Amino acid sequence: MDWSFIGVHVPDYIGGAWVTLRFGLYGVACSMVLGLLCCLAQYFRVPVLRRIVGAYIEVARNTPLLVQLFFLYQGLPRVGIRFSAQACAVIGLTFLGGAYMAEAFRSGLEAVDRSQTEAGQCIGLTAAQNIRFVILPQALATAVPALFANIIFLIKETSMFSVLAMMDLMNVADTLRTSGGRTIEVLFMLVAAYLVLLLPVSLIATLAERRLRYAGFGDRHPV
Amino acid sequence: MQDSGIAILFKGINFQRLLGGLWVTLRIALISIGLSCVLGLLFGLLMLSRRKIAQVFCRVWLEIVRFMPQLVLLYIVYFGFARMFGWDLDGETSGILVFTFWGAAEMGDLIRGALTSIPLHQTESAAAIGLTQWQIYRHVLIPQMLRRLLPQAINLSTRIIKTTALVKMINVIEVLKVGQQIIGQFYRSPDAAFWIYFVIFLLYFLVCWPISMLAKRLEKKWA
Repeated sequence: MDWSFIGVHVPDYIGGAWVTLRFGLYGVACSMVLGLLCCLAQYFRVPVLRRIVGAYIEVARNTPLLVQLFFLYQGLPRVGIRFSAQACAVIGLTFLGGAYMAEAFRSGLEAVDRSQTEAGQCIGLTAAQNIRFVILPQALATAVPALFANIIFLIKETSMFSVLAMMDLMNVADTLRTSGGRTIEVLFMLVAAYLVLLLPVSLIATLAERRLRYAGFGDRHPV
Repeated sequence: MQDSGIAILFKGINFQRLLGGLWVTLRIALISIGLSCVLGLLFGLLMLSRRKIAQVFCRVWLEIVRFMPQLVLLYIVYFGFARMFGWDLDGETSGILVFTFWGAAEMGDLIRGALTSIPLHQTESAAAIGLTQWQIYRHVLIPQMLRRLLPQAINLSTRIIKTTALVKMINVIEVLKVGQQIIGQFYRSPDAAFWIYFVIFLLYFLVCWPISMLAKRLEKKWA
């Protein structure tokens, strides 16, 4: 292992990590919004929209991001629809992530028993209060593990942004590998960089799960 | 060579070439899924072992596949192993290795979950009504485990199929690469790229969607 090579190229990796993190987080944020909207459209059975959302979720979940990115970046411009590489990255990640987030929110909402809503009505809560104080806290607590799993999944998926010629971690590593031939050092740093990015997310996930467990009334999580 | 749009697809053997490319990724996926099922069973049993060392080993393995993007793992095996151990693996073999490494851990975790999901009283009740050890497994435990496991295992399989698209990045001539060759050949046609990528998108959907639907139906039926 050539440590001086590693020392010289740390700044390159920091730059790459920044691109990965920034566009990963844009994608995660947009996915959450899209996912929540899709989930609500299905939960409240909005006519027509709910069918469209259903079809979208199936398409997004059953195609690879790599193919989606090629279609966005190289296919669409041929019929006159042009996006920058950065826009393609966020659109692609949101298209994929929105479907996964919608499923996570849905599983959370479905886990809240009907009797909870009815009990809320019985003690005189308005519909809005019921959602705010009864349904959402419990739904979110159930959805949190799946949401964080999706966040980690989406940040990992950003490794495909190199096909958009973006200088993310993967592309930085690939460029160094082809130019220098120090394959082992390059890959070692790549692994380390992803660990540095993803370990904190995983830690936050564990903390959030612990913090939100109260809504399970103790019985669903015996541990 | 001036054909526009979708006509190119049906020119000569272009469509067959695309299907041939798709088969390359599907073959990698199928072999990996098969190996993952066998190794996953071992992995799941190992996770339940009382030996600390076995538990730590499994935990580390599982965390590696959860934290590292599959593309990074592919790079490590395809480019790294040649440097580290002198193994010059071709892209397809590298793909099978990585997807089996990943699939076995995930499958093992699912199998562990299915095995531990059945309450002890099921075994005790079965013993109380006089079933033998073999009968308890055959009629009580295994059917319940399979019902829980099968939909999740099928979902994992679609994830593996989608992810095999990544072998394009380690120089395997698969459906995306074949598509790009066709696009290069018909570069005069303005919208060839659009249609080719669209068809690849559709092909992946047509492969993965029925499998996802099957998982969904089994889940509903056995819930």
